[in-house]
Amino acid sequence: MERKIRVLIAKPGLDGHDRGAKIVAGALRDAGMEVIYVGLRQTPEMIVESAIQEDVDVIGISILSGAHNTIFSRVMSLLKDQGAEGQILVCGGGIIPQEDREKLLAMGVSRMFGPGTATSEIVEFIRQSIGEGMGEAQET
Amino acid sequence: MADSPAEKEIAGEQQWREKAQAKASGDEDSFVTISGIPVDILHTPGSLPGFDYQRHLGFPGEFPYTRGIRHNMYRGRLWTMRQFAGFGSAADTNRRFKYLLDRGQTGLSTAFDMPTLMGYDSDHVFSQGEVGRCGVAIDSLEDMEILFDGIPLDKVSTSMTINAPAAILLALYIAVGEKQGVPSEKLRGTLQNDILKEYIAQKEWIFPPTPHMKLITDIMGFCAQHVPKWNTISISGYHIREAGSTAVQELAFTLADGFAYVQAGIDAGLDVDVFAPRLSFFFNAHMDFFEEIAKYRAARRIWARTMRGKYGAKNPLSWLMRFHTQTAGCSLTAQQPENNIVRTAFQALSAVLGGTQSLHTNSMDESLALPSEKAVQIALRTQQIIAHETGVVNAIDPLGGSYFVESLTNEMEAGAEEYFRKIEALGGVIAGIEKAFFQREIAAAASAYQKAVEQEKRVVVGVNRYEREDEEVEIELLRIDQQMEEDQKKKVRSLRARRDSRAVSKACKALREATGKDKNLIPPILEAVRAYATLGEICDVLREIYGEYREPPVF
Repeated sequence: MERKIRVLIAKPGLDGHDRGAKIVAGALRDAGMEVIYVGLRQTPEMIVESAIQEDVDVIGISILSGAHNTIFSRVMSLLKDQGAEGQILVCGGGIIPQEDREKLLAMGVSRMFGPGTATSEIVEFIRQSIGEGMGEAQET
Repeated sequence: MADSPAEKEIAGEQQWREKAQAKASGDEDSFVTISGIPVDILHTPGSLPGFDYQRHLGFPGEFPYTRGIRHNMYRGRLWTMRQFAGFGSAADTNRRFKYLLDRGQTGLSTAFDMPTLMGYDSDHVFSQGEVGRCGVAIDSLEDMEILFDGIPLDKVSTSMTINAPAAILLALYIAVGEKQGVPSEKLRGTLQNDILKEYIAQKEWIFPPTPHMKLITDIMGFCAQHVPKWNTISISGYHIREAGSTAVQELAFTLADGFAYVQAGIDAGLDVDVFAPRLSFFFNAHMDFFEEIAKYRAARRIWARTMRGKYGAKNPLSWLMRFHTQTAGCSLTAQQPENNIVRTAFQALSAVLGGTQSLHTNSMDESLALPSEKAVQIALRTQQIIAHETGVVNAIDPLGGSYFVESLTNEMEAGAEEYFRKIEALGGVIAGIEKAFFQREIAAAASAYQKAVEQEKRVVVGVNRYEREDEEVEIELLRIDQQMEEDQKKKVRSLRARRDSRAVSKACKALREATGKDKNLIPPILEAVRAYATLGEICDVLREIYGEYREPPVF
């Protein structure tokens, strides 16, 4: 049986600007993925716990508040503790300065999407990464 | 045959339209406003059926205020140039305030960080990584004293973008005034204090809607008596638009929120003509030039008619809509960010032609980070160039009477009225929020816009056309030192150790009792901030009693 790509979309931290997160969630759903949108005010602990419970292939995190360094490093270390590092693709989007993006990638985040990214680029990136064996075999 | 001259067909118009139609090229569907309203190729008196100068426009400074709220508009006084600023510690922001005042800014506008907006102290676990990031960190009166150090509060007006804990920030401002020897009667400024749009769009709430509305009517009642020059609510469309709404939705939802506050004030036993003159508005200035101008003009007309007609306000100050405008953050691109200077200039011009009372122009680098000093200066200079060089301030409402602008103004008004009927049928604004009506409408509009951009039906320069592959951003960005958060945490902990803790617990106890008794809460909150109770401690007392709101996530 074919399994849909499962994606968790979360908005960690205190910020409530969820336009981007919702647009990405909608676009991934329209592209045939299973989207679990957990909404606002998610702590890194809540995100990782939901991701494992829901058995997702991808975690997508939207951050605009400037708290990205703190939050991503916590998410990555919790995934490591759970032995899920490398099993779940972690990507994100938001207003992230270039040098911070490099830091996040070095931490193991697969990709940071900046303002102006087409949702089709995000869909494509996820399909390719999962297809290359980061998760289970997928239909295209 | 229509009797009114405006309804008669203009001789030759039909033939002209046929010729224009024959020459039409390309995709006619693409001639729509950014909100998707189709635009006719030409507007004539025939576009304005039943147009009546006195009824639709009137004179500036007179009912229904379509053309502006003052008799002399910008000849009397320019709009207030008010750049929103706040980052890092109170001392950092105090320096930015002084920088802006030195460069000719005429009012202050404070951005608070996320923990302050959500009512947490800097050392709370939820505040991790967020302290001082997208605004200034305020934990107590101590920070507030530093924020306004050397800035006499009887000389400036201060706008504070604060919603859920608005009552506490008002109390802090009053307390700083007391320390400076400025009585509350002399304080001038604005609290955003618009919780309805938080549930609808920006999502920074603490309590459920009912207690939040109660805090708002407490503020309205308290200010009417003690802070008469204070604008108690800045009813905001800005965030609704930024969340992805159309111009009509921004107009309709904002005014619906405004009417909900008016009704709440009346229901709380306040006299509409006492509190309504202190309500002000806050709109977005987006890319579609004429649509925005029409939106501001329609907003004034709807407000005036409804306040006089439906709510029976007799004081002309209750009828006239004063508003602040900010250029659209969501229109800025991270690609070729210098282009944002141009976008912002056009948006600012639409706000001025629409008769705004104050204006914030965004900085070109805000799609990348908090603005640098250089970028802020260019943004402020943009306003100064409009004010002093372009000549647009000379004549009031210079686009009034334009067939196109008048017709678009009518269309905005009709679109808003249709939404008012829908909202009423849902049971009002709070019911609409609980049914996620606004959230869904906005999400659908945001998604439609994103699709139009991705399908290149809408061009965004530098993003989906005229891109530069080799682009490197050469703008210097403002960085917030990680150390700042640690320093701020130490600061609030040291305050808790130093202050008179008995006075704090006494004040918190009095607040708890007043909350239980449904009294006006501003006096006990003021007592608590005077005793150096922290923002988080005061919000905790209220959270205990009111509980916290949770939104069901929908997309």
